[in-house]
Amino acid sequence: MASDKGDPGQKSQKFWENFMKTLFFISALTSVIAVFLICIFLFAGGIPAMFKIGLFEFIFGRKWAPNDVPPLFGILPMIMGSIYITGGAIAVGVPTGILTAAYMARLCPQNLYRVLKPAVGVLAGIPSIVYGFFGMVVIVPLVSQVFSANGNTILSASILLGIMILPTVIGISETAIRAVPESYYEGSLALGASNEWSIFFVILPAAKSGILAAVILGVGRAIGETMAVIMVAGGQPRLPNSILDGVRTLTANIVTEMPYAADLHREALIATGVVLFVFILIINLLVALLKRGGN
Amino acid sequence: MNKFSISQLYLYYDNFCALTDINIDIEDKNITAFIGPSGCGKSTFLKTLNRMNDLVDGCKVTGEVLLDGTNIYKDVDTNLLRKRVGMVFQKPNPFPMSVYDNIAYGPRAHGVKSKAMLDEIVEKSLQSAAIWDELKDRLRKPALALSGGQQQRICIARAVAVSPEVLLMDEPTSALDPISTSKIEDLVLELKEKYTIIIVTHNMQQAARVSDKTAFFLLGELIEYGNTNDIFSMPTHKKTEGYISGRFG
Ligand SMILES: Nc1ncnc2c1ncn2[C@@H]1O[C@H](COP(=O)(O)OP(=O)(O)OP(=O)(O)O)[C@@H](O)[C@H]1O
Ligand SMILES: [Mg+2]
Repeated sequence: MASDKGDPGQKSQKFWENFMKTLFFISALTSVIAVFLICIFLFAGGIPAMFKIGLFEFIFGRKWAPNDVPPLFGILPMIMGSIYITGGAIAVGVPTGILTAAYMARLCPQNLYRVLKPAVGVLAGIPSIVYGFFGMVVIVPLVSQVFSANGNTILSASILLGIMILPTVIGISETAIRAVPESYYEGSLALGASNEWSIFFVILPAAKSGILAAVILGVGRAIGETMAVIMVAGGQPRLPNSILDGVRTLTANIVTEMPYAADLHREALIATGVVLFVFILIINLLVALLKRGGN
Repeated sequence: MNKFSISQLYLYYDNFCALTDINIDIEDKNITAFIGPSGCGKSTFLKTLNRMNDLVDGCKVTGEVLLDGTNIYKDVDTNLLRKRVGMVFQKPNPFPMSVYDNIAYGPRAHGVKSKAMLDEIVEKSLQSAAIWDELKDRLRKPALALSGGQQQRICIARAVAVSPEVLLMDEPTSALDPISTSKIEDLVLELKEKYTIIIVTHNMQQAARVSDKTAFFLLGELIEYGNTNDIFSMPTHKKTEGYISGRFG
């Protein structure tokens, strides 16, 4: 094969090599192009509206009333809505998720693990509309009963989203916990520390950068969630006063009004998407920084 | 006085018998060296003394291990046992936290909360590990950023911080350079005042330099045990003589 250049076998091999190389290259390029195109589309569609409305009025405006004359496009309620619900989801999902991961990685008997692991996997695969339905028929009535109020609240959405981010938090935390060298654990036990103490005060701290990455990815999942949130959060575009108020998120704002919006209204919704996109970019940046810090 | 008194000890990893009929008394406030070729069961035996073998699946122990007259394989709280019988590992394994938190870890796990008390324990422990002067201005630095020799002395300080009665050291200097090694040897000799020390080593000179008593193991059996001077000058067993003169192992 390695002989002279006229060898037809070698020629066709070279052709295949190049062909495959190009194919890989194009595939790799696809995702870059996709991100690039999304950026252009979003920013071109949204940024002009931000300036027409006024950047400050848009982001810090407390009232969203696209049908008023003149219309008001303040998305602060939705920004706060997304932040509240994401915060609530973190409060519910992160402690539960980390404890579950620690349990799965260090404490649970083999037999139980064989059930738990796939169960978490299934949780990750459930479509969000199904979660939303579960929220509507279980969580909302429960919240409404316990607090004798309307159940479509920040609280309901937080609980639901908290459950939805569990697989992300559990999966990544478990990997991080398993990656902690056994010698730390042995060192701790050898000092007479109990099993649980060793897990809490050596293993979890040693896994903290991985766990933090899990939390941030959970935030990303929570902030981008749309369908399930719409079904349980009420959807009122106003600043909430308590966790028992209904609320609208950035994503919900876009989905509920896009079908009938036109002109500036439509552009303002795209601009809402820009704000959401910026949130997601920040989250990705944090993950990247964390990964670099970890190595 | 005997700190440990071990009789008819057998240890199995599943079906493999790693220790066979070990009978040995270990003296209080003394340094005992365990020597023997690789795989003869030195680490295994060391780990039976603080029950770290409990972590190994399929590990079974029979016989008697008395610590101050109490059988540690019967109705003994392993956490309390390990507080009394500390361990320093072959590879330095400080926790990924500051020097201070490493030393304070054990006391905290045993319920010490007062800052003043912890400060005092940290200082004392680092002093007794002969590393206080080197590190007193760097207590908040991560322990993993220190040199291997310093890390090992941190681990010794960490073990000392829970005021154990016995220190088990499994080849504590095998990962270290000669200077760190001699520092740790000096340290071990000083610690003998307060603790019963058992040290596993592959280094015959080290065993001869630091220990009062030496035990020679071969293939899971205790071949010879006696005063270090006697063992190194006139071993009674041919196998012991062969090993210490470097003919095998
Ligand atoms: N966890 C384990 N499971 C099964 N067998 C083991 C285990 N640990 C050790 N052994 C076996 O027990 C025997 C004694 O091992 P041990 O580690 O105690 O030897 P050692 O004397 O400390 O050797 P070295 O000087 O190399 O550290 C060896 O044959 C080893 O293969
Ligand atoms: Mg060993």
